[in-house]
Amino acid sequence: MVDFLFYLFALITVLGAGAVVLSRNPVNAAMLLIVSFMGTASLFVTLGAYFLAAVQVAVYAGAVIVLFLFIIMLLNVDAAEQFRPDYVTFAGGLIAAALMILGTLKLFERGENFTLLTLQELDPVGVSTQSFGMELFTTYMLPFQVAGILLLIAMLGVVFISKRDKETRKDAA
Amino acid sequence: MNNFIDYKLIELGQWTVGLFNDYPVVQILVHLLLATLPLTLVFMGAFGFSTWLERKGLARIQNRLGPNRVGIFGLLQPLADGIKMLLKEDIVPDRSDKLFHFLAPVMLMVPAFIAVGFLPLGDGLMALPMDSAILFFFAVGSLNTIAVFMAGWSSRNKYSLLGGMRAVAQMISYEIPLVLSAVAVIMFSGSLNAQEIVASQQIQSWLASGNLVKEFFGQILGWHIFKPWGFAGFIFFFVAALAEANRSPFDLPEADSEIIAGHLTEYSGFKYAIFFMAEYISAFAIAGIATTLFLGGWSGPVIAGLPWFIIKMFSLFAVMIWIRGTLPRLRVDQLMGYAWKFLLPLAILNIFVAGFYYFAEQQFGSLAAFIGGWVIGFGILQTAAKGLSRLNKSPTLDGKRVYQLVE
Repeated sequence: MVDFLFYLFALITVLGAGAVVLSRNPVNAAMLLIVSFMGTASLFVTLGAYFLAAVQVAVYAGAVIVLFLFIIMLLNVDAAEQFRPDYVTFAGGLIAAALMILGTLKLFERGENFTLLTLQELDPVGVSTQSFGMELFTTYMLPFQVAGILLLIAMLGVVFISKRDKETRKDAA
Repeated sequence: MNNFIDYKLIELGQWTVGLFNDYPVVQILVHLLLATLPLTLVFMGAFGFSTWLERKGLARIQNRLGPNRVGIFGLLQPLADGIKMLLKEDIVPDRSDKLFHFLAPVMLMVPAFIAVGFLPLGDGLMALPMDSAILFFFAVGSLNTIAVFMAGWSSRNKYSLLGGMRAVAQMISYEIPLVLSAVAVIMFSGSLNAQEIVASQQIQSWLASGNLVKEFFGQILGWHIFKPWGFAGFIFFFVAALAEANRSPFDLPEADSEIIAGHLTEYSGFKYAIFFMAEYISAFAIAGIATTLFLGGWSGPVIAGLPWFIIKMFSLFAVMIWIRGTLPRLRVDQLMGYAWKFLLPLAILNIFVAGFYYFAEQQFGSLAAFIGGWVIGFGILQTAAKGLSRLNKSPTLDGKRVYQLVE
């Protein structure tokens, strides 16, 4: 039963993600991304990590996608539809994909018995919210902080870019 | 404790499940149906009744009679409306995105019903008893936005799209104060479990004392709304909840006087009815979670449990109707400014007040913390609110007005 559910949700996740890449219309792509995120959340549920599943739905499906949609709407949808990737974008995507595959391979290398059954037998970190918080704020404090700083950098970048835009517009006027 | 109605219901459920002991597969199905079917039917019935209540209430406020033709006091009006909606033609715009146009009402209804499952209706009466139920509730609630946007975007109508955009902007803004005001409660109770949050609002030592008077008040006085941060938090939560549920005065996505009906413009027949139902059920759900977080959930004197929860939830819904009949709709910029410049800072400050209150209670005892909290904590919140509203005041126009086109 669990095996069947795993394959079902994995299929949903992968198909959703594939459809995002192949979809020409950015709004459709954003909607399909929700399907993929929901698949991931379901996978978390099958692993017993309810907290992670809830956060996945709230943050990604609820907030991130909504912001994506907002930005797509503020930009021109037609222009985005005619967008053809140039070499730089293509190379960037290639590098990102290569890193992703490398990381996944490394993950498999570290846990030799990295199958469904043993994952459930492992000490389930994500099972209760409390144990999840304890782990996050003790063992994984450094990665947590690094991720926070990464987000802060993104925010500063946005502020910087929008500020610069304003100045150039003032110059043009 | 007198939760006998809850316990009888649970016993009834267990007895029904026990009937199918010999058929394990059927038993699982029966178990699932018992958890979901009553909830669905009851809330759908409540939807019908509350449309009647809303129309009657609004009519009373506006000095009219309201529905009065079908049944006694027009009570069968929802039924008549439902049949009418079923028989109407379902019009789908020619240029619309057919798939998303069809999916939008479904996408709105499913999270609404799931959210209802996270409500602790009584002691042990919860369709989806989970450790992090409150978090799941907010997670599921945030999916509403996507559905409304889907409806607005797929209709290929300018008014629909405007409505969808407004919904996105509004919901993403108000979700933050909504969750932050709930954080104070979660922090104070130390749990995301809805049942434990309810338990934290009962004075357990009074309940166990055997003294009737103490038992009576132990079920009431522990509610978070009687604490300074709880009172403030409840107001922030309720205001944000009105915006989340698309209720007046925050019903900008469907502002009929400006953009026809927003995202609902191109929907007709039963899909339109489904939109309405989903909106009402999310309103019930959010009233229910406000009850759980601030009004003591199912705890109450004499007949604790389901009856009290229903009473509180529908009282909050009645307040929503009352507000709809009283307040005019906000402007878009006012709406956004109110969320980001007023509610959000106050909700963050409220978390600090709640934290100090928690430690004051441990240090100086409940009574001292209660008095001190209301004087100091609420004073701080009050001052902050005054200061913020002064800061946010738009500059007043002094001097003579200049009409550029006239001169």
